[in-house]
Amino acid sequence: MKKKAKNIGVRADVNNRNKWCAVPYYVWMIIFIVVPLVMVVFFSFTDSDYHFTTANYEKFLTRGANGELIYVTTLLRSLGLALIATLICLIVGYPVALILSSKRIKRSDLLITAIMLPTWMNFLLRTYAWMTIIGRNGLLDTLLALIGLGPVEMIGTNGAIILGMVYNFLPFMILPIYSVMAKMDHSLVEAATDLGANPLQVFLRVKLPLSMSGIATGITMVFMPAASSFVIPNLLGGNKVSMIGNTIEDQFKSAGNYNFGSTIAMILMVCILLSMLIFNGKGDKEEMIM
Amino acid sequence: MKKKKNGLPILYIALIIAFLYLPILVMILYSFNETSATGPFTGFTVKWYESAFRNQKILDALAVTFSIAGIATVVSTVFGTLTAIGIFNSRMLTQKIVTNVTYVPMLNPDIVTGISIMLLFVYAGIPRGYMTMLMAHITFCLPYVIFSVLPKLRQLDPNLYEAALDLGARPGYALGRVVIPQIMPGIITGALLAFTMSIDDFAISFFTSDEANLSIYVYSAAKRGIKPEINAISTVVFFGVLALLIIINFRKKKEN
Repeated sequence: MKKKAKNIGVRADVNNRNKWCAVPYYVWMIIFIVVPLVMVVFFSFTDSDYHFTTANYEKFLTRGANGELIYVTTLLRSLGLALIATLICLIVGYPVALILSSKRIKRSDLLITAIMLPTWMNFLLRTYAWMTIIGRNGLLDTLLALIGLGPVEMIGTNGAIILGMVYNFLPFMILPIYSVMAKMDHSLVEAATDLGANPLQVFLRVKLPLSMSGIATGITMVFMPAASSFVIPNLLGGNKVSMIGNTIEDQFKSAGNYNFGSTIAMILMVCILLSMLIFNGKGDKEEMIM
Repeated sequence: MKKKKNGLPILYIALIIAFLYLPILVMILYSFNETSATGPFTGFTVKWYESAFRNQKILDALAVTFSIAGIATVVSTVFGTLTAIGIFNSRMLTQKIVTNVTYVPMLNPDIVTGISIMLLFVYAGIPRGYMTMLMAHITFCLPYVIFSVLPKLRQLDPNLYEAALDLGARPGYALGRVVIPQIMPGIITGALLAFTMSIDDFAISFFTSDEANLSIYVYSAAKRGIKPEINAISTVVFFGVLALLIIINFRKKKEN
């Protein structure tokens, strides 16, 4: 015991010195992460003269000419579109992860790389590419005209925005589910089969429960960027459909009302945090960085 | 019989991959289209590539994108690795607090991170430009490096570092010769993540700087309509990324 204590003493001394390596980062972290967030909270509760007010939050409940809640409607639309896109990603992406993780598929590593490759390309360029296809007189209209149909006004619809979200974020649903399922102990599946479970039972009782943490991570990685997106509605929404991200952009880039902008950002953060708590009990944060 | 069973899943995967590559292929195709419209293909040309590489705004945006990504990657990799070593050697409570704060930029929507750092610069009276974009990029790249290196440090056998010290190595020397080589895979992963995050960033750059990187250029150009020049740039970027990934994979295989 005593001998060990001496050793630990030496080690603790050296480690003490190494721990100072992180000090510059603490300063950086406080300046660039903590202070900005405190500022968002502060500005959301103050007016332009730095006096405390809840007027910004009341403004969020403003009604339009027809009595509709302008900002609340936009927020609900954003969350709704993001939810639909997330569900589509889950329904479309889960089978992909399931198939790729099964033993029968050869070179699944190559296929998963192929699925992830487009995400390495600039996000703006990928979204822009869809404008060429579904835009006015785009490829879709041209093809439809060949068989005597169209033109369809797809740009500016909710469908176009959901398409953009699913396209951009689908790989982020597939990857976490795939990595959880690929690590799964295959003997569990064999054991279940040996004990007389049919393929459906194997799936429902073994594979699905074991892939839950991957699903939770996938949902987070799709829902969060989708709900806060402002590029997709701007490029594919054609100024007709706007989301809460656009409202924040307007407040900071054109209206110059940082207080109200901060308020909307706060509300968006809280909404996303709450929805994460609802469907993400056991998601692994570290899995998000692969 | 067995082959048939595999057919449907393979077809499904093929369909998904086709969906993911469709817009990219369309973009490549139209970057060679004679007319600037997005309708029928009228003839082969490389004029959009010529005009894209003569367009000063595009060249400037590319220079900003790559120089910011390069500097932010180097700084955040060195800074982040040192930080990870420091965090690893700190008390449990410190570790908990610091890692949780570090998760914030990763978990917060980009737009919120962007506007919060923008508020900082506005009220600190710092004009938004190249430097502010660089600082914002370092901020959001750091967590990726730290969380790539930390797990590698946790897997490390502490006896090796102690053995080096017992054999008379100074702590700095032991760190450089024993610890760093062993956590190298984590450092490289972190650097690659930082580079791709920086290259791809739009929202945070958009709010923290008045300079245009590639994303910001595309955003403002696309709002005004479709430009074949952007198709040409996209094609170049796509093949650039493809080449980079092939080189990385090739290197990995060689190491194995």
